[in-house]
Amino acid sequence: MTFSPELEAKFAKMIQNYPAGRQKGALIPMLLFAQDEVGSMTPELLEEVSKRLKVKRVEIEEVIGYYTMLTREPRGQHHVQICTNVSCMLTGGEELYQHACKKLGIGNKQKTADGQFSLEEVECLGACSWAPAMLIDYDFHFNVTPEKLDGLIESLKKTQ
Amino acid sequence: MADPITLTIDGRQVKVPAGTLVIEAAKTVGIEVPAFCYYEGFSLQAACRMCLVEVEKMPKLQPGCTLPAAEGMVVYTESPKVVEARKGTLEFLLSNHPLDCPVCDKGGECELQDMTFRYGAGESRFVEIKHHVDEKQWSPAVYYDAARCILCYRCIRVCDEGIGVGALGLTYRGVAAEITPSHGDHLECDECGWCIDVCPVGALTSGTYRYKSRPWEMNYAGTICTHCSDGCKTTLSVRNGEVIRANNRDRSGVNGEFLCVKGRFGFDFVHSEERLQSPLLRKDGNLEPVSWSEALAAVAARFGEVKARNGKFGIIGSTHTSNEENYYLQKFARQGLGTANIDHHRSGDVPALLDALSGKTGKLATSADLYNAKAALVIGSDLAQQHPFLAFQLRANFRHHQAAVYTVTSGVVREEQYAAKSLHCEAGQELGTAQSLAEDLKKHGDLVILFGDAIRGQAVRQLVEFGESLGIPVKYVCLVDYANSRGAMDMGLLPNLGPGYHAAPAVGLSRDEMLAAADLDVLWVVGSNPFKTTAPAGTSTFTVVQDLFLTETAQRADVVLPAASAYEKNGTVTNVCGEVQRLKQGPKVMGTKSDLEIFGLLAKELGLNLGIWTSDKVFEEIRRTVQGYNVPLPVIATGGAAQTAAVNGGVPQTGKPEYIRSAGDTLFTSGTLGRYSKMLNRVMEAPGQLYKP
Ligand code: SF4
Ligand code: SF4
Ligand code: SF4
Ligand code: FES
Ligand code: FES
Repeated sequence: MTFSPELEAKFAKMIQNYPAGRQKGALIPMLLFAQDEVGSMTPELLEEVSKRLKVKRVEIEEVIGYYTMLTREPRGQHHVQICTNVSCMLTGGEELYQHACKKLGIGNKQKTADGQFSLEEVECLGACSWAPAMLIDYDFHFNVTPEKLDGLIESLKKTQ
Repeated sequence: MADPITLTIDGRQVKVPAGTLVIEAAKTVGIEVPAFCYYEGFSLQAACRMCLVEVEKMPKLQPGCTLPAAEGMVVYTESPKVVEARKGTLEFLLSNHPLDCPVCDKGGECELQDMTFRYGAGESRFVEIKHHVDEKQWSPAVYYDAARCILCYRCIRVCDEGIGVGALGLTYRGVAAEITPSHGDHLECDECGWCIDVCPVGALTSGTYRYKSRPWEMNYAGTICTHCSDGCKTTLSVRNGEVIRANNRDRSGVNGEFLCVKGRFGFDFVHSEERLQSPLLRKDGNLEPVSWSEALAAVAARFGEVKARNGKFGIIGSTHTSNEENYYLQKFARQGLGTANIDHHRSGDVPALLDALSGKTGKLATSADLYNAKAALVIGSDLAQQHPFLAFQLRANFRHHQAAVYTVTSGVVREEQYAAKSLHCEAGQELGTAQSLAEDLKKHGDLVILFGDAIRGQAVRQLVEFGESLGIPVKYVCLVDYANSRGAMDMGLLPNLGPGYHAAPAVGLSRDEMLAAADLDVLWVVGSNPFKTTAPAGTSTFTVVQDLFLTETAQRADVVLPAASAYEKNGTVTNVCGEVQRLKQGPKVMGTKSDLEIFGLLAKELGLNLGIWTSDKVFEEIRRTVQGYNVPLPVIATGGAAQTAAVNGGVPQTGKPEYIRSAGDTLFTSGTLGRYSKMLNRVMEAPGQLYKP
């Protein structure tokens, strides 16, 4: 399997960041960036990464199962992750999540029919001081209210 | 070894080498510390907390499975605090456990059941609904029920460290954590099933055994695997005359708990619908079922007639029949029929090795030597495929003692993952390539050299010369194919050598020469399928075949006698390292007879006096007459292995090495037997990526 030239260049550089024999360390970033390009953790992708980093296939399975940011199911163009862990729950995260479900018309780990958005309820994002917090793709959003969420979603819809 | 230290466990003084784990130290005085995740011989995990012990001056309970014993330590393994903690651990382990013991395969032999019974953790404070996950099938051989899993990591470690495959891992977190197979939803691996056996609970179950029986409903027969030549002890679980499981949980035999897919799952050929259960006699061109007496009379009549007119016999023996059968067959041939034409499918040049080692003692490696030697050199064999147990021994030796393993092969082999050095060469160049390793090999304290059929005849002598020139103690293993390939040679199924490699009274035809001889009057084939690859030249040869199945050879026979497999008989076999072990009858298949009984009845019919044909009596004769086979009976009788060296002196004539060739079986094939094992065929259809051509 081949990746885009940009991604190949990124991988080539990344592998050099690890000392000889420890290239395995590049596993998580490699999976993440590859997922961005491919869309999900396809079997071909796993074979390829396993070959390139000389990591056993099952070790990759372990990593994918453990880290929620890696997914086997393709996501929407924009992936909305809303925290409902303690700090966020106390400041309205739960309601925010329910609101998002209604707004997008989908539930946890589902995708809108047009494939534009997917939603996920997640544990602490490490942004408790500014709870409730959420992530859209790689961008953090803090002190989110239902209105703010609507705004963000509408503006993303427009940029399509 | 470090100086011993003394500690006190439950009031008893215990002396152990420094560094010994408390759980092992306790064992030496017969105290069992309960453990789920701890597994002898594998890396430490400390995942289950079942082994907690109380140690004086240590504020908290300690896991006995990772705590090294120290001088003066005072340990309590069953104090009230410990018992309370274990009860708590069990309560947690059971919080999501389905407790479906009445239908669970492991019921009755489950470690979790035993511990719950022992600590009386029968009540739970948890009222939450149990987390449930449906059972999954990972491969034809392995099923996983996550709800029963206690996450002890045993399966992961035996697969990775023991088998060297590493097909299992742990995924997800918390309550959802479960074991994952190599390919997400399915397993690509060696399908050895060891993970199933080590699982302390019923989380991993076997494709052949699941939901078939309760452990107390079966009879057990500890016998020797009838597939490759490594001689693994396998215990057959027999229910109503049918084998439904094979394992070696009691760790008896040379292999301890190890079995490959063939030893653990490849027994099902025994009950194949294609087993022959009645003698067949050719009438008007067709093979018709007849009674045993009619078939035996027909064979005896023809044998008697051909013998009387000094006709020409050819006899091809088997690599799966017992030593007793092989011995009796060669006696039948030489004394009974007066022919020298006897041979079998030879896969390794043992006579040449024994000849080259003439006068030297202690030169033949035992399977235990592979685990203890400082270094090993594997020439011309894909050991993990062709000799799974020997490969396991080397891997364990590397893991436990950092043994240096060298390989010289014509392609990539699995040993390269950890080998000190691996060389590839053109087929035929193995000897020279191996010799180039001299400087590396000399560095080691001792060495075992294992060689396949690439080294035969003169090359064996050169190899031994090379080994002996290294200046270190060297032992040898000549690799051969099947369960009793070695025994076939030791017992004299050779055209030029009798039992114990003594010169035969006359030199006869080799197997290939018999097939090529147009003038044979009788061809008697016992447990072998030569016509699969070679059509016989004789058109009017009377052919008698003893076999389990209607093989290509049996199809062309005049008389076919249905034989019992090795699992259905008593006797002894000799493995690739020359270790003699006992076969013990498990199932019985209606209509068949053991080859020994067939020989005996034929001898009687012919009026030959070849002695009593019970395996015990023939073994007595072997012990008396074949050098090296006067092994201590108690060792054999109790299921142990005794190494033989069937000769210690020059072998008069080592025969024609050009007829030596290995069948080149892989992990999932086993000659004719493999073709009739449904399980082996099913796993072969879905071979792991390791075996993709
Ligand atoms: S059956 Fe497969 S997964 Fe299980 S121990 Fe054997 S090789 Fe590993
Ligand atoms: S499947 Fe069995 S051996 Fe593997 S972790 Fe679970 S309980 Fe332990
Ligand atoms: S290694 Fe050989 S003897 Fe052992 S179980 Fe496998 S086939 Fe049988
Ligand atoms: S609890 Fe939501 S960011 Fe920490
Ligand atoms: S046996 Fe010690 S923690 Fe599991």
